[in-house]
Amino acid sequence: MLRRLHPDQPASFAFTPANQAWAEAQIAKFPEGRQASAIIPLMWRAHEQEGWLTRPAIEGIADMLDMAYMRALEVASFYFQFQLQPTGSIANIQVCGTTSCMICGAEDLMAVCREKIADKPHTVSADGKFSWEEVECQGACANAPMAMIGKDYYEDLTAERLREIIDELAAGRVPTPGPQNGRFASEPKSGLTSLKEFDSGHRKYNASAQLATDLGETVKRIDGTEVPLLAPWREMGANHHPDPSKVVVRDAPLDIVTETGRIDPAKAAQGDAAKSKAKPKQDNTNAPAGEPGPRDSASIAKTSKATAKAPQVEGDATGTPRGASKSAADKTKIKSEPATGKTPLPGTAGQQGDEATGQKPQTMAAPRSDGADDLKMIKGVGPKLENLLNSMGFYHFDQIAAWSSEELAWVDQNLEGFKGRATRDEWVRQAGILASGGDTEFASRVKKGDVYE
Amino acid sequence: MLQDQDRIFTNLYGMHDRTLKGAQARGHWDGTAKILSNGRDWIIDQMKASGLRGRGGAGFPTGLKWSFMPKESDGRPSYLVVNADESEPGTCKDREIMRHDPHTLIEGCLIGSYAMQAHACYIYIRGEYIREREALQAAIDECYDAGMVGKNACKSGYDFDIYLTHGAGAYICGEETALLESLEGKKGMPRMKPPFPAGAGLYGCPTTVNNVESIAVVPTILRRGPDWFSSFGRPNNSGTKLFAISGHVNNPCVVEEAMSIGFEELIEKHCGGIRGGWDNLKAVIPGGSSVPLIRGENMREAIMDFDYLRDQRSGLGTAAVIVMDQSTDIIKAIWRLSKFYKHESCGQCTPCREGTGWMMRVMDRLVRGDAEVDEIDMLLDVTKQVEGHTICALGDAAAWPIQGLIRNFRDEIEDRIKHKRSTTSRPVAAE
Repeated sequence: MLRRLHPDQPASFAFTPANQAWAEAQIAKFPEGRQASAIIPLMWRAHEQEGWLTRPAIEGIADMLDMAYMRALEVASFYFQFQLQPTGSIANIQVCGTTSCMICGAEDLMAVCREKIADKPHTVSADGKFSWEEVECQGACANAPMAMIGKDYYEDLTAERLREIIDELAAGRVPTPGPQNGRFASEPKSGLTSLKEFDSGHRKYNASAQLATDLGETVKRIDGTEVPLLAPWREMGANHHPDPSKVVVRDAPLDIVTETGRIDPAKAAQGDAAKSKAKPKQDNTNAPAGEPGPRDSASIAKTSKATAKAPQVEGDATGTPRGASKSAADKTKIKSEPATGKTPLPGTAGQQGDEATGQKPQTMAAPRSDGADDLKMIKGVGPKLENLLNSMGFYHFDQIAAWSSEELAWVDQNLEGFKGRATRDEWVRQAGILASGGDTEFASRVKKGDVYE
Repeated sequence: MLQDQDRIFTNLYGMHDRTLKGAQARGHWDGTAKILSNGRDWIIDQMKASGLRGRGGAGFPTGLKWSFMPKESDGRPSYLVVNADESEPGTCKDREIMRHDPHTLIEGCLIGSYAMQAHACYIYIRGEYIREREALQAAIDECYDAGMVGKNACKSGYDFDIYLTHGAGAYICGEETALLESLEGKKGMPRMKPPFPAGAGLYGCPTTVNNVESIAVVPTILRRGPDWFSSFGRPNNSGTKLFAISGHVNNPCVVEEAMSIGFEELIEKHCGGIRGGWDNLKAVIPGGSSVPLIRGENMREAIMDFDYLRDQRSGLGTAAVIVMDQSTDIIKAIWRLSKFYKHESCGQCTPCREGTGWMMRVMDRLVRGDAEVDEIDMLLDVTKQVEGHTICALGDAAAWPIQGLIRNFRDEIEDRIKHKRSTTSRPVAAE
């Protein structure tokens, strides 16, 4: 198809303030004078903000990056992900039609789009809500056939399921992305044939679908406030001015195979499973039987010592208890822990002291008799975090609203995998409003069913 | 079959803890500073000894590629660029690394960059992998927070920055010099070589471009030793490899296996067999869309490695296995690839710009049987004229699937043409 600017263009374009800050952080990824490198990310953000790539956006970004308009237009028209014409107000549905998907039924999916949206691709439906197109391989071939909707992949589709998804989207709901046939990710549908030891302690969804459900912005116009802006390369990086290498190269190389303790993955898996078992409230459906906590940790430390292939000990000794439940291990004070006096692994030294940060708030063993509050009403708390909070002993808005700054610091430090979220997303402020019976913009969207199913 | 303890990507499916802490529990980021303290020559020698061949399709030895980088800087910085523009049809392996085991990649970037004296590494991920980009960026942020990357990375004395950037839906940007053009903010059109990127790559500076999987296996190879890695697979094809199997198997999946695994074993162990049984197998594309297909009956005995498949006039490519059973219209399946290449040709070289469209239109008629039998030879001739006459390999990649089709299924194409002619131009008796 011809890729030309659309005849009807808006009068102007401006990034939202948050998107503008985000864009500046992207430009900082490139050396001075090389800011043009940021053009694709910036155009994509403009596309996400507006739903398509407009001429004022192309020109505005060219100005930001000190590029000739023509150079920016070349990029806009070269890359097929940029829609140069308006798309459906809810979503542009992109069905992969390349061979792997084609032989698995992609043509049936496109028939659904023709029937429900428009006869021709790149055409907005009569109600203005949808448009569709056939796209080339999207790189999810083991989950064929698939369609990309908004920011997300809907995989392992059938025509019937796509029809339902379009109906749900039209009704203002966002179906959970990812495989639609019960698979978790790209493992064999009939069950794991490898990494079986690792089917434990996992989250509800695979990484892509988890992000989608946590953030809830699959088909949203992105204004930059969805996630806090992080740009660690600016503060913590060398920022294009690295010091010369100060690595002291050894005269005789260390034998790395013996120096590093490769942790037996099977044992590490059990260690982690023990952790999740200790917190049964997590989305953990496959925790293996067996006592959680210290007994396991100790025995793991022993067995991995005995069975490790390489003649190392240190790594396992320091490594395994880390993999196992730290809090459980701390509680019972494993006396035999041989890590004492050992140099911690690089980069981990700071972590040992993490638990000392802040002060643990009061927790509850169970919610009050009238049931737990829906913590997902707090922006930034998805189903996963809600489970985590419950497992830590937090069930009510007023509990969270009452955290002192010391306590907040403790929570931030102990949110496994979500460190810092409580401060970043202002849980205490939000919980205060919700505890007093008030409503936040996000909470009212949750109530309407716009965010979670 | 490969044992779990010998798998590098222990969180391939994301069922395990995906955080830095989880990765460390599985043995990643262990002794990274010690590895760096052994020096760049040691690292490159170990990589050479491991026999790792690039996982992005071409199979060029990774250690050797690294050794092409200048040993002493002439004032220009060096760069490592990771090619995460995974778009070869059938290929979906790097996606799993980036979203579920990102720390293997980030640690590999640090070690690889150090070995090439690059203080900055760019990961260029395809634009459609939005969630994968978010997951990978979250892992990078986590590493900055923990001091694994950034100033004095891992307390090793080395300053290292890792930047994630992305494309916007252009297959050609998976070609290394097109990727560099795109990374500089231009259209993704391949550059003439020489100069090779190791001499003048990103911003005119020495650059090495590696595939995600090639970089992500580096830390584990160094920690377990090159002997361990090369103990898998046949000589010259060593290591473990992510295979992505799609199409008509009972259970399509991505799985890490030893190189040189038998095709039958791969399919039976992990994919639950061919849909409808082995007799129902029609053809297999063993390495992503750019390699010629192989007939089903020749595939059962096949060994999945670079050398064996090359000898079968195909290739391992990215180890993206597309399986097609007897229900497949094989001419149409290859026509769809022709359509793909026509869509993705950047238009810079005439043989490719014109040839891909021409080939697709002839293929279109072959699908319908609406052609002359001698057009098959004409098509074959055109593919030979495109092949080898373009700046990059996209022209070759567009030609090979068609050549494979004609070589293996000429009878089927001819039958379709004859059938069409017999039904449309049957003489009718005068009445």
